[in-house]
Amino acid sequence: MNDLIRSTAAELAAQIHAGEVSAVEVTQAHLDRIAQVDTAVHAFLHVDTEGALAAARKVDADRVAGQQPASALAGVPLALKDVLTTEGVPTTCGSKMLEGWIPPYDATVTRRLREAGVVILGKTNMDEFAMGSSTENSAYGPTHNPWDLDRIPGGSGGGSSAALAAFESPLSIGTDTGGSIRQPGSVTGTVGVKPTYGTVSRYGLVAFSSSLDQAGPCARTVLDAALLHEVIGGHDPLDSTSIDRPLPPVVAAARQGADGDLSGVRIGVVREFAGEGYQAGVLASFTAAVDQLRALGAEIVEVSCPSFTYALSAYYLIAPSEASSNLARFDAMRYGLRVGGDDPSLSAEDVMSLTREAGFGAEVKRRIMIGTYALSSGYYDAYYGSAQKVRTLITRDFDAAFEQVDVLVSPTTPTTAFKIGERVDDPMAMYLSDLCTIPSNLAGNASLSVPSGLAEEDGLPVGLQIMAPAMEDHRMYRVAAAYEVARDAAQGGPLIHRVPEVSV
Amino acid sequence: MPSISRDEVAHLARLARLAVTEDELDLFAGQLDVILQAVARVGELATSDVPPTSHAVPLTNVFREDVLRPGLRQQQALAGAPAAEAGRFRVPRILGEE
Repeated sequence: MNDLIRSTAAELAAQIHAGEVSAVEVTQAHLDRIAQVDTAVHAFLHVDTEGALAAARKVDADRVAGQQPASALAGVPLALKDVLTTEGVPTTCGSKMLEGWIPPYDATVTRRLREAGVVILGKTNMDEFAMGSSTENSAYGPTHNPWDLDRIPGGSGGGSSAALAAFESPLSIGTDTGGSIRQPGSVTGTVGVKPTYGTVSRYGLVAFSSSLDQAGPCARTVLDAALLHEVIGGHDPLDSTSIDRPLPPVVAAARQGADGDLSGVRIGVVREFAGEGYQAGVLASFTAAVDQLRALGAEIVEVSCPSFTYALSAYYLIAPSEASSNLARFDAMRYGLRVGGDDPSLSAEDVMSLTREAGFGAEVKRRIMIGTYALSSGYYDAYYGSAQKVRTLITRDFDAAFEQVDVLVSPTTPTTAFKIGERVDDPMAMYLSDLCTIPSNLAGNASLSVPSGLAEEDGLPVGLQIMAPAMEDHRMYRVAAAYEVARDAAQGGPLIHRVPEVSV
Repeated sequence: MPSISRDEVAHLARLARLAVTEDELDLFAGQLDVILQAVARVGELATSDVPPTSHAVPLTNVFREDVLRPGLRQQQALAGAPAAEAGRFRVPRILGEE
């Protein structure tokens, strides 16, 4: 395998900026890799070969002209989740509803990537409108987990996680509404970060659940995620929920953590996230990770967050409620699919209903109907209203926990990657994938997943979730970076280097 | 908690403008019932003294300077339309035939 595609983003950036390799060579190596393996992995819905090479040539030309790199990641390739708009490049959200749609504008995340000289290779596969935990809800077919092609790469951002694990890209962008960055990271042995809500702009992020959606960085190392976090994050006047404060110093924290000293850091183990429903190998890996954190000098205490066990229920009312409202925009009038528009006997309402029936997949329809139900008069108080109260209680549990500890830890998801097809007919079983990740979406605080090893019984990756208070994202980066160094030392090298070569 | 009937699912589909099929109604009625029974647990914790949270980061009155900023041009706004005519979105008839 070509060394360029196995390198970290930080290494690639250093080589490109020193002129040891050109951005075009790096980009071409990744495009070649995509051409070689993506028929088997299906991480990408669209590969923008010309756009990527043009962006890379610009980085090379700037360097030859003696200009400073546009950012710490200038020239490094990236895979962008297909839920963020890209001017002139298709954006489908994994849905037939938007097949062939070419957005007329860039999302703020997209714009910042372009301005930073990051090379966007293409758009990654996802569960339709980011609703799902396996990428099987994509209208364009599932993505396959590079660790075992018969298994799911997580979801909704399974394309973004699989692209990293298949060495198709060193960086990717995901969005996390209930765990769609962290759970895919966990099951593919990669790093996924959900920043504090409001610190990465939602402008141009096609909305699923506006009070929960948050874009974030995905990478194969903690430092790479931090470098990407600083490129995409920060206040944006185009998003009225954007926090007008400086971004937490995540890169400095990742570098500090790499020193491997966690003396004085207090880490809380969430008591509620263990026991029934958790795979033995996941719990064993988690326990070993906690022991490693203790060995690094951290003080470990057990913390109880009793309302967290209600988070899943609250989430599956709040997110569908917001989705039922947000997805009303797909009305067959201004953009996207239209079915029956040529039949003069059909009214606008008929066309709208036929289009939404044809354009949305089963999971999207289920959630729209659950949301419609939960917001109906007569049910509002019992469902949506109660879910909002649970949201308050979850925030209070976090507040109380962070009085005692600096960060909280848990497994990222209760099991390793399951088989494609295993949970498609059982929505509740699928929803359980998000059990541990959802509380941070409801409370809005920062949370990440870092690989903790392979489960003994199936040899598949396990993720360690680290949660920090809102605007304290740097705390979890420090702990994750320290843990990553210790893990690599204990396990004889980076976990990601043990992914089998993709057979095509 | 009440279970949800096939007729209620048909009503929800109409409200949500989804022209679902008969087969889908059978499938969704069963699935929505399971999901709603499970998520109804929220009622166990939600007592009247707990205030609701609608948003993780409560912000109010987010203003910007009252200055022009560029938006989409007409051609860009219409570029993705299923049908357009004379610089406008062309839509099916909006009134019933009666």
